[in-house]
Amino acid sequence: MDKIKRGQHKESFLNGILKENPLLVQILGLCPALAVTKSLETAFGMGLLFTFVLVSSNVIVSLLRKLIPEEIKTPCYIVVIATFVTIVKMFAEAFLPELYSSLGVFLSLLVVNCIVLGRSEAFAGQNGVFDSFLDGCGNGIGYTWAISLMGIIREVLGLGTLTIGKVFNFFGDPLTLPILKSTVLDAHGDPLYDFSISIFQNPAGAFIVLGLILAVMAAITNHKKAVEKAKEKAAKEAAKAELAAKAALAGGAK
Amino acid sequence: MEMIVSFILAIVSYMLIDNVVLSRFYGICSFIGVGNKVKSAFSMGLAVTFVIMMATLVCYPLYFYVLVPAGIPFLDTLVYILVIASLVQIVGLFIKKTSPSLYKTLGIYLPLITTNCAVLGVVQTNSDSQLDFLTSLANGLGTSIGFLVVIVLFACMRERMNGYNIPKAMKGVPIALIVAALMAMAFMGFGGMVG
Repeated sequence: MDKIKRGQHKESFLNGILKENPLLVQILGLCPALAVTKSLETAFGMGLLFTFVLVSSNVIVSLLRKLIPEEIKTPCYIVVIATFVTIVKMFAEAFLPELYSSLGVFLSLLVVNCIVLGRSEAFAGQNGVFDSFLDGCGNGIGYTWAISLMGIIREVLGLGTLTIGKVFNFFGDPLTLPILKSTVLDAHGDPLYDFSISIFQNPAGAFIVLGLILAVMAAITNHKKAVEKAKEKAAKEAAKAELAAKAALAGGAK
Repeated sequence: MEMIVSFILAIVSYMLIDNVVLSRFYGICSFIGVGNKVKSAFSMGLAVTFVIMMATLVCYPLYFYVLVPAGIPFLDTLVYILVIASLVQIVGLFIKKTSPSLYKTLGIYLPLITTNCAVLGVVQTNSDSQLDFLTSLANGLGTSIGFLVVIVLFACMRERMNGYNIPKAMKGVPIALIVAALMAMAFMGFGGMVG
């Protein structure tokens, strides 16, 4: 394998994680990002299942890309995706019942998720199997960390605590970390301190959190652009000054 | 009489209390994407209403009289999405033949509806929670009218927002999400209105 090709592989994996993050940069897949991020663990579980569907549908679509006629490619992609969604649904129902019930209908709605369909259309339909696999992994990881971030923010601000091990309950009892709300009760049966803001558990809180995260991303991009522009300007001015100095020197020599 | 009352109450509850966009989070993509002009928002809302009603009418008997007796209810999602995709195609062809002017307004939004999760969401909820036919219809009707109302209101607000001086980082989608958050808070006021 030559060097340039290896770079391409790396790019198709890394692009989805940060530079072209499906949720934070391309702003796709908003429905699950808003609906299942009440707690960190549901969000993370959704991310995992989503990644599985994305990777496997990417692989199958790219295997079949020469067989599928151009005119009916979207229905074909949807059938492939729906098959994997059904598999994931059955798997979750059997092994992660807590996750299955808290995700509810949003597991089925993965079929019409714009990211999964978009990656099939834009990437897997044109590229090789290995690249499509990497692209699926990258986008899946990118989406998973983005919605997990939302899950952490909404759970900590809304409930005041962070619970680990309730959904993925293979490791014994769940662990609840008191962050904004104490788990110790006082004489009246109230928590010792409680600074949680329950609106963040409501739909309105989901919109606010996502809106602010996207605003922060936009601010960072704007700042980077401004810095680059300033650098360019400085370089141009320096070049101009050099030219002027040279001209002045030449004039002095005359 | 009692049936009619409960039917209407169910519609109101699906439309306002459990609003499709603001509390169930279906169809956010088209909500954010199309909801910046009142005219296009209205057309999109109408097209979605139409497809949701058709899909409810077709998928309900399909699930309870074909899939369940055949012993393959786990194929529901696959069947629904195929039904919805073909419905959208048929509706598009039908409108194109009968009313070219309507096609001009709805035409470009029709293909988008296949991937609008409101349609699949409604149909899937109907069979997942084993609703009866009347409640399913109420769910379809309430959801689609709720979508229409909210997307038009949202588009009105975003049209007015064009004239305001918004911080650079908040422009576009972030401020739209904040507006949606305020709408969601307002819609929380409807909670507890129906029994």
